Amino acid sequence: MPELMYREALNQALAEEMERDANVYLIGEEVGRYNGAFKVSQGLLDKFGSARIIDAPIAELGFTGLSVGAAMVGLRPVVEMMTWNFAILAMDQIVNNAAKLRHMSGGQLRCPIVFRGPGGAGGRLSSQHSQALEANYAHFPGLKVIAPATPADAKGMLKAAIRDENPVLMFEGERLYAIKGHVPEGEHVVPLGKADVKREGTDVTIITWSRMYYFCMQAAEELAKEGISVEVLDLRTLRPLDEEAILASVRKTNRAVIVEEGWGLAGVGASVVDIIQSKAFDDLDAPVERVTGLDVNMSYAANLENATQPDAPKIIAAVKKVLYREGA
Amino acid sequence: MASPYSKELLLDMYRKMYLIRRFEERAGQQYTLGKIAGFCHLYIGQEAVAVGPVEALRPDDYMLSAYRDHGQPLARGSDAGMVMAELMGRGTGYSKGKGGSMHIFDIEHHFYGGYGIVGGQIPLAAGMAFASRYRNEDRVTVCYFGDAAASQGALHETFNMASKWKLPVIYICENNRYGMGTAISRIAAVPEIYKRASAYDMRGEPVDGMDVLAMYEAVKDAAEYCRAGKGPVLLEANTYRFRGHSMADPATYRTKHEVEEERKGDPIPKLRAYIKKQGLAQDDVFETIEEEVNALVDQAVKFADESPEPSLDELWRDTIVEEGEEDVRPRERVLGQKVTWPKYPSGQELKVTWDLEPREQAEAADKKAGLIR
Ligand SMILES: Cc1ncc(C[n+]2csc(CCOP(=O)(O)OP(=O)(O)O)c2C)c(N)n1
Repeated sequence: MPELMYREALNQALAEEMERDANVYLIGEEVGRYNGAFKVSQGLLDKFGSARIIDAPIAELGFTGLSVGAAMVGLRPVVEMMTWNFAILAMDQIVNNAAKLRHMSGGQLRCPIVFRGPGGAGGRLSSQHSQALEANYAHFPGLKVIAPATPADAKGMLKAAIRDENPVLMFEGERLYAIKGHVPEGEHVVPLGKADVKREGTDVTIITWSRMYYFCMQAAEELAKEGISVEVLDLRTLRPLDEEAILASVRKTNRAVIVEEGWGLAGVGASVVDIIQSKAFDDLDAPVERVTGLDVNMSYAANLENATQPDAPKIIAAVKKVLYREGA
Repeated sequence: MASPYSKELLLDMYRKMYLIRRFEERAGQQYTLGKIAGFCHLYIGQEAVAVGPVEALRPDDYMLSAYRDHGQPLARGSDAGMVMAELMGRGTGYSKGKGGSMHIFDIEHHFYGGYGIVGGQIPLAAGMAFASRYRNEDRVTVCYFGDAAASQGALHETFNMASKWKLPVIYICENNRYGMGTAISRIAAVPEIYKRASAYDMRGEPVDGMDVLAMYEAVKDAAEYCRAGKGPVLLEANTYRFRGHSMADPATYRTKHEVEEERKGDPIPKLRAYIKKQGLAQDDVFETIEEEVNALVDQAVKFADESPEPSLDELWRDTIVEEGEEDVRPRERVLGQKVTWPKYPSGQELKVTWDLEPREQAEAADKKAGLIR
């Protein structure tokens, strides 16, 4: 299996799916001649031409709505958001149209469309450019929300998203694009809605997704040195949540820590806690802990930015807390 | 001078306008009786704006509208009973009672919906037109919106792309002079909406929206222009709604005098007078049409009234497409009539053969800008 960067894995998925189905097109700012703001669409314009790799004006609401309309009549658009921060301008089209078309039409319409782009903190970009916004969209029935952490999942899930008959929102980590991993070649499709045990363990389950996964793995390695066996469950899909996988892991380890880059209030992690406490309360040996972004806007200053986000030491502290080993 | 229009066409227009009028009057009545709830925006006064274009278009041209959306589907041939059932929240409605008055969808007749967010449907229409171009089909898309919607950013973002990419879409602004209670002249820097097209180098024209033949001609012409690949068109239909914004609105923001004056321009008697003057039909013909339509609308109300509410398990349907799930064909489900359904080419059949921005053109532009030597 070749080693690819996260962005290359996405590029491969796009190219393969566009090859396979001429209804698939990519639209977004700078996706064509500039080869993508984060180089995900590198080389695709030359391969597929300007009708299928479309450089859009800076009009997020407009080109998003246009693509929802195209999906209503059978095309399969992939809409690249330069980052999810700017997709806030397109939220009306995603939420009020894409998510609701099937419902409002009583099942007459479908809307097979993918909205994708980087989410989460950038490096020292202050508050308008550093937001993990997936929880906002996970709130809406009619949408699927995915946030793969590894290059292999990025490829497999993007392929699944493009083939899905529903609107799928894909949150890529802005700071994940350059990370490398082994990616299966060709037909590698990762089903949506399935979490993945990325590391087996027996003492505590850490539940996470996207970039936080790497901090969790780092924490797990550190804790292993102290003889603590950590299971890391990568949710991958945030809507629908894989309840079965969450419950299975918690029933095995009896302790859980949820790690989320976004704000805690009304976050995805809050729903995971709800699932655990309502369906596996008797299996718990300790209250569930959450490590989330601080309830503040992101600062530019390096020390403030770091303090705002979860990291391995914070995760280690939370794990020790659920093991009642605080300060140990 | 002899009429350039056939008797069949003119009488069909009359029948459709009368149907919409009658249907809306009955809908208003049902609202007052408490059988229709929510918002119910009647189309009374604006019938010509729906009927002229429908007659000028092909049945497979796409159409979509805002929340004042009963008129267009009725003009296109939707089942009046199923529209009424939708208004009453019954399981036999087009959207199984999940959409209501503001969200009529009838894909069989290529009516792609009514939308409740002011201006939100404007980009969708450009996308449908984009799909036609992408697939090399010569369909046009017609999108209705109100005068107030013209101030939404969605319109401006969309016009820019539609014009730049020469999308076959006809935008029909129904300028009934008010957005809810606010007169367009109070909130628009340029109250003549058609002029906004010029900012995007797009064709824009005013049309007499109280004259069904003027609407017919304008859309016929615009559709030809679109099909020839010349780009989008904005038509501003100057019209008037005789009733309030919705059934909940007593419309106290305009004078009785104004409404009375406008009612003199009622498009339905106007067409009737024209047909009579041409000697194509006399009162007996109109009376027969009216009787037929009255019976049809009575039947529609009865059908809706007697229809059951949707079953509770419908709550869990139509949110996410499950694997292998078939789409619902409403007329088949409700009336047991076999219907045709749009079939889109699969990826293998489709060849995308055009360019949005031909390479040579792009390179020439770069050269001119000094980016390439
Ligand atoms: C984005 C948005 N803002 C406000 C409303 C509330 N609203 C519903 S209809 C309407 C007036 C729209 O008028 P216009 O576009 O001229 O259409 P008309 O009702 O005249 O057909 C308003 C403000 C809404 N539905 N959507």
